[in-house]
Amino acid sequence: MTDAPKAAPATNSRAGTKKELSEHFKTYKHVWVFIECEYGVIHPVSLELLGEARKLADKRGVSLAGVILGSDANLIAAAATVCFEHGADLVYTVTDPTLAHYRNEAFTKGMTDVVNTYKPEILLLGATTLGRDLAGSVATTLLTGLTADSTALAIDDEGSLAATRPTFGGSLLCTIMTLNYRPQMATVRPRVFGMPPREPGRRGEIIAHPLNLAEDDIVTKVLQFVADRDSNQSQLAYADIVVAGGLGLRSAENFELVKALASVLGAEYGGSRPLVQKGWITADRQIGQTGKTIRPKLYIAAGISGAIQHRVGVEGADTIVAINTDPNAQIFEFAHLGIVADAIKLLPALTEAFRKRLSVNRLAS
Amino acid sequence: MHIVVCLKQVPDSAQIRVHPVTNTIMRQGVPTIINPYDLFALEEAMRLRDLIGGEVTVLTMGPPMAEDSLRKALTFGADRAVLLTDRFFAGSDTLATSFALASALTKIGQEFGVPSIVFTGKQTIDGDTAQVGPGIAKRLGLNQLTYVARIVELDRDANKIIVERRAEGGVQVLETRLPVLITMLEGVNEIRRGSLESAYRAASAKIVTWNAAAAGITDLTKCGLKGSPTIVKKVFAPTPRAEKAHQVPTDGLAPEALADAVIAEIFSRQPSVESDLVRFSAGQ
Ligand SMILES: Cc1cc2nc3c(=O)[nH]c(=O)nc-3n(C[C@H](O)[C@H](O)[C@H](O)COP(=O)(O)OP(=O)(O)OC[C@H]3O[C@@H](n4cnc5c(N)ncnc54)[C@H](O)[C@@H]3O)c2cc1C
Ligand SMILES: Nc1ncnc2c1ncn2[C@@H]1O[C@H](COP(=O)(O)O)[C@@H](O)[C@H]1O
Repeated sequence: MTDAPKAAPATNSRAGTKKELSEHFKTYKHVWVFIECEYGVIHPVSLELLGEARKLADKRGVSLAGVILGSDANLIAAAATVCFEHGADLVYTVTDPTLAHYRNEAFTKGMTDVVNTYKPEILLLGATTLGRDLAGSVATTLLTGLTADSTALAIDDEGSLAATRPTFGGSLLCTIMTLNYRPQMATVRPRVFGMPPREPGRRGEIIAHPLNLAEDDIVTKVLQFVADRDSNQSQLAYADIVVAGGLGLRSAENFELVKALASVLGAEYGGSRPLVQKGWITADRQIGQTGKTIRPKLYIAAGISGAIQHRVGVEGADTIVAINTDPNAQIFEFAHLGIVADAIKLLPALTEAFRKRLSVNRLAS
Repeated sequence: MHIVVCLKQVPDSAQIRVHPVTNTIMRQGVPTIINPYDLFALEEAMRLRDLIGGEVTVLTMGPPMAEDSLRKALTFGADRAVLLTDRFFAGSDTLATSFALASALTKIGQEFGVPSIVFTGKQTIDGDTAQVGPGIAKRLGLNQLTYVARIVELDRDANKIIVERRAEGGVQVLETRLPVLITMLEGVNEIRRGSLESAYRAASAKIVTWNAAAAGITDLTKCGLKGSPTIVKKVFAPTPRAEKAHQVPTDGLAPEALADAVIAEIFSRQPSVESDLVRFSAGQ
């Protein structure tokens, strides 16, 4: 078991009521974002987090830093520039051949070393497969608190991070804090926060930190990486338009109507969870709490009741259009446009009407 | 080979309601289930056992009634069940949970043989953090394989395992040494029905039940609320949105006419969608 040194918590009180931060932790300052940068590409969630973290840092009156781990110095330098232009004041870099691919051992060591050396008060990571893999190990190594999959971040009156997340499958929200330990860690899913504006030419300082790890010390080897680029993996999370269907469509054949509309619109398609369970769509196309969070300009939901678990995944959409035969369906509580109609009849009509309009436009342009 | 599967009993959260006045969770009468994600881990563990021999132990930390979930796991075909239950564990966050489970796993190793593989589910549906698995791995110094979609190869002589792991933007094929902790991806297998024989066995099986002391835990400050660096400040129901959907009038409209009306509404609300679409269709 790894028991990293840490200040003993106040023993005479329950965690829920402990307030005083030990002297040792008072030196922890600044807000950090782990920059997920694989194969030279920054994951958009890292930039979204920089945008939100900027607000936290300003409220605390501290600096905002990004942390980049990787093997290619040029790619890291380029990524650092992108971070500065998205709000970072500082970027910590760890450059080492063992960091070429994501591996838990090497990344956990790199990350915890940088944290122990430069001591941030807040550390945010994207709730991606990589971020969640890393966050759990880092938090356990540092023996600090971690709030997973947060949907809102704020600084409370006493200057602590208040992270709000859905719980009980999205039926409830809870606000979680780490009062006595540092850093305060949280992960946030892609698309929960919008992309901050880029400020070209904005610069900052780069601080390099060594890894001190030999390849022979790492037990896990990456034998191969098969990119999704060439497969038909969905790009749901980043689509501008998403068309989705639910059980109201009644059959896999009728679900084709959703795909047809999506195809005319150049949109991604998805669905509610029961459709995954029925095998009408693959798990990567599930939208909601236990699926993808989306943030499109336009979301069209056909035959979806709008259960809370679905709602939390789509609320960030600019315009939500709901088609449902039941005028009392929950989805009308949060959709912007509602149509009480049979989706099985309306979807083909919509597909056709869009097709016509767009071909007319094409002739005109 | 000894394999341990960590599984959690969770409320069937589809049925969780919030009291409209007191804003508290109404748990009464809410049925409990084995966390659905953990069944993929259990099935994978039993599949490996059937292939190469050995035993599958299921482990849960929870209230005494969590025994129901363990018995259920035995009916599916697990060989042994361990329940870790103590009031000192109440209020555990992921750090305290992983401490308790890691301690129990060490004890299981002493009593029943050191596990070569510890499985967890991808995440729970109540806690929903996906952090307990990595936490256990770190505490026990196990090699960690998360989001595993497929076990490609298990070479017990060489103590080696090869898996496919769902990563961002692709699939990683990873090789590492046993012992490992694997968090299993969902949808990769289907839990078996379990034989009549295992159902009989499960009904009368003795569940190994440990409190903190029996699990070898001496430092209670690492358990429950005390051992949890995070605190829940408040729990609340999402605020309903003030304004409801603007309903597009449908009276007597044929689908074609309704479609035109809907498109007009969409474009008037979101003009940029129209220009995007024009650009998209021009590019086709
Ligand atoms: C822990 C947990 C996590 C979950 N995670 C998710 C998640 O990530 N994503 C998710 O989507 N769900 C999730 N769920 C499930 C969720 O609670 C709902 O059960 C699910 O979203 C309902 O799917 P649905 O709307 O397609 O089906 P239903 O609720 O059955 O709704 C069908 C709707 O279609 C309407 N309808 C019927 N016929 C027509 C027609 N001809 N034309 C138009 N409308 C019609 C009906 O009026 C009804 O409103 C989760 C549940 C739990 C417990
Ligand atoms: N109380 C518990 N008892 C046994 N296993 C658990 C418990 N809590 C979490 N786990 C395991 O850890 C995984 C991740 O849980 P979580 O971090 O809560 O999402 C679950 O799928 C379980 O396999």
